[in-house]
Amino acid sequence: MADTPAKPVKNPRIPMPEQDPKVRARNFLEVPTGYTHKMAQDEAARCLQCKKPACVQGCPVGVDIPGFINLIAEGEMTKAIRHLWTMNALPAVCGRVCPQEIQCEGLCVVGKKGEPVAIGNLERYCADYERAHGTGELPPKAAPTGKKVAVVGSGPSGLTVAGDLIVRGHDVTIYEAFHKAGGVLVYGIPEFRLPKEIVAQEINFLERLGVKLICNAVVGRTVSLDELFDEGYDAIYVGVGAGLPRFMNIPGENLVGILSANEYLTRANLMKAYKFPDVDTPIPMGKKVVVLGAGNVAMDAARTAMRLGADNVKIVYRRSREEMPARAAEIHHAEEEGIEMFLLTNPTTYLGNDKGRLTGMVCLRMELGEPDDSGRRRPVPIKGSEFEIECDLCIVAVGSGANPLLTSETPDMRLNKWGYIIAEEKTGKTTKKGVWAGGDIVTGAATVILAMGAGRQAATSMHDYLMLGW
Amino acid sequence: MFKIVKREEMAEGTVILNEIEAPAIARKAKPGQFVILKANEDGERIPLTMAETDKAKGTITIIYMVVGKSTALFRDLKVGDSYQDVIGPLGKPTHLEKKGKVICIGGGTGVAVLHPITRAMKEIGNEVTCIIGARTKDLLILEKQMKEASHDLRVCTDDGSYGHHGFVTEVMKEVLEQGDIKEVVAIGPVPMMAAVCRITREYDVPTLVSLNPIMVDGTGMCGGCRVSVGGETKFACVDGPEFDGHKVDFDELWLRLQAYLEDEKKCHKEYCNLHKVQ
Repeated sequence: MADTPAKPVKNPRIPMPEQDPKVRARNFLEVPTGYTHKMAQDEAARCLQCKKPACVQGCPVGVDIPGFINLIAEGEMTKAIRHLWTMNALPAVCGRVCPQEIQCEGLCVVGKKGEPVAIGNLERYCADYERAHGTGELPPKAAPTGKKVAVVGSGPSGLTVAGDLIVRGHDVTIYEAFHKAGGVLVYGIPEFRLPKEIVAQEINFLERLGVKLICNAVVGRTVSLDELFDEGYDAIYVGVGAGLPRFMNIPGENLVGILSANEYLTRANLMKAYKFPDVDTPIPMGKKVVVLGAGNVAMDAARTAMRLGADNVKIVYRRSREEMPARAAEIHHAEEEGIEMFLLTNPTTYLGNDKGRLTGMVCLRMELGEPDDSGRRRPVPIKGSEFEIECDLCIVAVGSGANPLLTSETPDMRLNKWGYIIAEEKTGKTTKKGVWAGGDIVTGAATVILAMGAGRQAATSMHDYLMLGW
Repeated sequence: MFKIVKREEMAEGTVILNEIEAPAIARKAKPGQFVILKANEDGERIPLTMAETDKAKGTITIIYMVVGKSTALFRDLKVGDSYQDVIGPLGKPTHLEKKGKVICIGGGTGVAVLHPITRAMKEIGNEVTCIIGARTKDLLILEKQMKEASHDLRVCTDDGSYGHHGFVTEVMKEVLEQGDIKEVVAIGPVPMMAAVCRITREYDVPTLVSLNPIMVDGTGMCGGCRVSVGGETKFACVDGPEFDGHKVDFDELWLRLQAYLEDEKKCHKEYCNLHKVQ
């Protein structure tokens, strides 16, 4: 049983300062501007320092939350970041993109009678403090073990594995298919939510620890897993992400002006197309934009379209507000920025002109019926409720499937019926000897922190294997 | 970084050949596969099918037409300069099979892509008639190489300055009339491939085409390169780039290729202006 406070905490949670919605809806600068030193210390003082902290139970990588918060309260910022690093290689990222409301903060005891301690904001503060004022001193590393590890994919789970194994003395090389490392942190999550400079610094931190990085290497094409073993690797971690965009499969989907969220966000984020023509990659500048789907990716796409000068941006989602999978904070931010919600609405056909370009879509109104397999009430079309939405850009953000590029070239690694890699839940071990897997290619599309949690478990198992055997 | 070790200008400087150091790609590449190249930090990712690979030297060769800013940037790279990024080999290799008499037909820079496929077709024992064309004699590329790679080479020019006066499809029809053609491989501009397929459908000859739609990652992640093949949506980067030409919706492909035309023009114009100023 977690400690219960004798009386409600009087001091209210310190809100995160943010750019004004009207201003930020047209720029790519980060939305939350971060705590000041005093704000961080005041917020840290709200933590009850529970002896059996519930918050830690909610953290997929088991960060000692009261521990680092106590160091902030004492003003020991450098110690606080070092303490965070022992369990989390990417605090600047997690402080920004973790769904804290359903993890650590969701379980915070202070939150029972008021607002929970702003754990995410404090984590972010520590990491930002280190970037601005840190000494650059690296955490200690174990003596070299002589073992070589390949990590395939440089997204959150791969980076976690690399960080965990390099400090245990292994020789770690990351293979990345894109020309830049970071996976979804660089191609998917927009600049205004996670500045790319921060991702670059987190990766630089790993490189300074000795992690080698090979970009432009498509494992499954440029090199296979077996060829990596031939090159002398003792163990391999596969964290390639889900990476196969789903479409609606309705008529007209190949009209010009309909893009997967993957394509739209990759153009905007990885290729920096929002700076076109100063950079060479273009992106469709829609004036009337529809985003299909209501997850975090949909919110990112909608908010990007607004920043690229759209007159209006609509989220079209077939279920109701309650079922929207995006974080509450993301939905709130999107609405503040003027994104409209067309809920209980489902497109049936895209409309185009004689140039093959999108001009609109036909939608049906829906109502909620009985619960379906997912436990959510099934949306049922209302007969005769067809109506048209005019749009010149549609971004499809209805989820991802398993990209078969690597797995189809690795026949001795078993997949489930949806094409995801079968891996042991506690260890990440696959059915192929010496190969571990984790993140979205095992679980299907999920969050950054869950992928990191899988990476942490796999790294522990890989270390045992490298030191003791399979 | 991927160093350029050889550079040639062809077709009056409108077409450029680059041989590039990329040993990891050269080791694995097969005919029909492509690479994605990016000149510099702010560059666009451009997919190009490889014209040649040399495992021993660890090099790959690309041949491209200068059409916009990105290819103009490529053109301005000299021997000793490097591409910042080259990714590959991507896509499925050509399905090669001994079938008997085949026609390999190419237009524009498609001839460069067709060359290794033609050579491989001949090597495995097919009897290969090759037809290549260009607008005019000076724009013709790889004539000598295509002659060596095939049993019989026919050349066409639109203006009659060399070889047959007219389109490659006219010559193809003549060869098809002689009968017994088991397969046609057609690589070139979309209208050419569409025209070839219209004719070979009449003769009921299976026809393979290689498509080069707009793409970003080349690994199946973005879906920008989707094409309709037999009524199904395929991703050219991972399901192709080669498809059964009789099933490809060329009209849709053509429209999708125009998606960024205005942006590309603007970008290219700015680049040209800048270089005139300097």
